[in-house]
Amino acid sequence: MTVAHAEPVDAARGWSLGAQVREWVPALAFFVGAILAWELLVRILGIKQFILPSPVAIANAVVTYFPELWQSATYTLVEILLGLAIGVVAGLLAGMVTAHFGAFRESVLPFAIAANSVPIIAFAPIFNNWFGIDKQLSKAMVAAVICFFPVMINTVRGLTSASPAALELMRSFAATDAQILRKVRFPAALPYIFTALRVATTLATIGAIIGEYFGAPKVSLGQYIVTYSSYLNFERSWAAIVFACAIGITLYIAVVVVERIVAPWTTDRTTRAG
Amino acid sequence: MIESSDIVVELTGVSKVFGLSGGRAAGGTVEALTGIDLSVRRGEFISLIGPSGCGKSTLLRLVGDLTSSTGGTVMVNGKTAERARLDRDYGMVFQAPVLFDWRTVQKNVELPLEITGRSKAEREAKAREMLALVELSEFTDHQPWQLSGGMQQRVAIARALALDPAILLMDEPFGALDEMTRERMNLELLRIWDRTGTTVIFVTHSIPEAVFLSTRVVVMSARPGRITRVVPIDLPRERSVETREMERYFELVTAVREGLRDGEGGAGVAPSARVRAEGLSA
Repeated sequence: MTVAHAEPVDAARGWSLGAQVREWVPALAFFVGAILAWELLVRILGIKQFILPSPVAIANAVVTYFPELWQSATYTLVEILLGLAIGVVAGLLAGMVTAHFGAFRESVLPFAIAANSVPIIAFAPIFNNWFGIDKQLSKAMVAAVICFFPVMINTVRGLTSASPAALELMRSFAATDAQILRKVRFPAALPYIFTALRVATTLATIGAIIGEYFGAPKVSLGQYIVTYSSYLNFERSWAAIVFACAIGITLYIAVVVVERIVAPWTTDRTTRAG
Repeated sequence: MIESSDIVVELTGVSKVFGLSGGRAAGGTVEALTGIDLSVRRGEFISLIGPSGCGKSTLLRLVGDLTSSTGGTVMVNGKTAERARLDRDYGMVFQAPVLFDWRTVQKNVELPLEITGRSKAEREAKAREMLALVELSEFTDHQPWQLSGGMQQRVAIARALALDPAILLMDEPFGALDEMTRERMNLELLRIWDRTGTTVIFVTHSIPEAVFLSTRVVVMSARPGRITRVVPIDLPRERSVETREMERYFELVTAVREGLRDGEGGAGVAPSARVRAEGLSA
C-alpha cells in the first residue's frame, strides 16, 4: 500500500532559547518604554509627587524601605498562600462532588455561577469580625472564598467536558467508572483547572490586600499602602504596590510553569494551532 | 446451510423507540427502528446505508450496547450485547478519531490494553504490532494533533483492534475525510480486514464506499427506520482500484441506489420530493 505522507508533520517540539527570548522582546520593550514615558511625563509636566510619583522616586522608596516592605510582603504572602490553599482545595473537592452527581450539578452550579459574580470583597469587614482583625486567617478566608467559585465552576466544567464519543469509546472497552475518571475525565479537566488556578492567584492577591485595607497589623502590604497614603507619602504606597505586583506575577508564572509540566499538551496544542 | 456458530450477530424483530422529553409531537415518541431482522456471519463485511434519520447509527449502537433496544433481541456470539461488550468483543471507530491529546500515538493505542490490565511489555508490543498493521510505525511517539485526519483515523482503527475484537463497529469512520483520502482508507481497511479476519459492521452514507467494501450492503429507510433491501456484493473478494471500474460494480451501485429510492417512495414522500431525489440520483 502506498501512503503519501503529504501533509507536513513537523516534530519540532520544545523551543530553542533564542526563539523564547525573541518572543519576549516586544513585551519587554513595551514595559521599558512605558516606564521611560512615565518618568519623562512626570518630569516634563512637573506632576506633583502626591499625584503621581516618578518611577525613580518609587524605586528609591523600594530601596530605602526594603526591610519593612519585605516584612510586610512576607506577611501578606502567607495570607495569599493560605487563602489559595484553602480556596483551591475546597473548590476542587466541591467541583468533583458536584460533577459526580448530576442532580446536584443542576441545582448547585447556577448558584455557584451567581455567587461568583457577588463582590465577595465586600464581606471583608465581616470576615475580620469572624476570624480576628489582627489574624492572617481573616484575610486568607477572603482570598479563599474569592478563589473558591472559579475553581469549583471550572472543575465541574472540566470534569464534564469529555466528549460523548470519548465516553462511548471507554464504554465499548468496558472501562470502570474509576478508569474513565482517571484516564479521560481528569486529564480533560486539567486545562480548565489550570485556567481557574491562574485566575485564582490574581484574585487571592487582590482579596488579601483589600482585606487588609479594612484592618490588619501595620506590617502588611495593605496597611502599608493605606498608612502612607494617609501621610501623603505616596511613593512609599507605590513601593508596596510594586511588591504586591511582584507577588501576583510570580504566583501566576508559577502556575504557568506547573501547567507546562503537568499538562504540556494544552500549550503545545494551542501553540501549534495558533 | 449456515452453521449457527458461524453467526456472530443475530438481530430478531429489533425495534427502538425514543421518548421525546417534552416532545413537540403529540405522541411524544419517535420510532427510530422497527422490525429489524439481520444475521451477520463471521468474517463478513456489512455496510448499513440509508438517508439521515433511518437509524443506521442507532442500529450499530444497539449491536455495540451503547444504547438498548425497546423490542426484539440482539445476540452477539450467542450472548446478549451487554455481555459481549463486557467481554470486550467490540472495537469501535467513530466519525471523529477521538484520540487523547495527553497521550502519544503509541499510548493512545495502548489505552484499551491498560483498561484490561495487561502488563507494560505486553501493551507496548501489542500497540506496536497494531500500529505496524495500519502502517504508522514511524509515528508512535508523535502527538495525535501532529497527524493528518486520515492518519488519526488509522490510529483509531489500530486502537479498536488492539484487543482483537470479534466485531469491528465503524460509524461513518471516513465521513470527515476528503474523497482521495477516503478511497485510500477504503483500500487500507480492506487490507486490515483481510489480515485480521474481523467481522465488520460499517455505517456509511456513501453508496460507492458501501459497494466497494462490503460482502453485503443493508439498505435502510427512514420514518420508521427499517431494512428495505439487502444487496449481496458478489464482486471478487480481492478488491483494488480496478474494482471501481468493473461493470458489475456499477450494476451493484445502481442496485443499492434503487433500493434507497424505493425506501424513500415507500415512506410516503411527497411526489415533488421524490422527483427531486430521482433527479439527484440520475
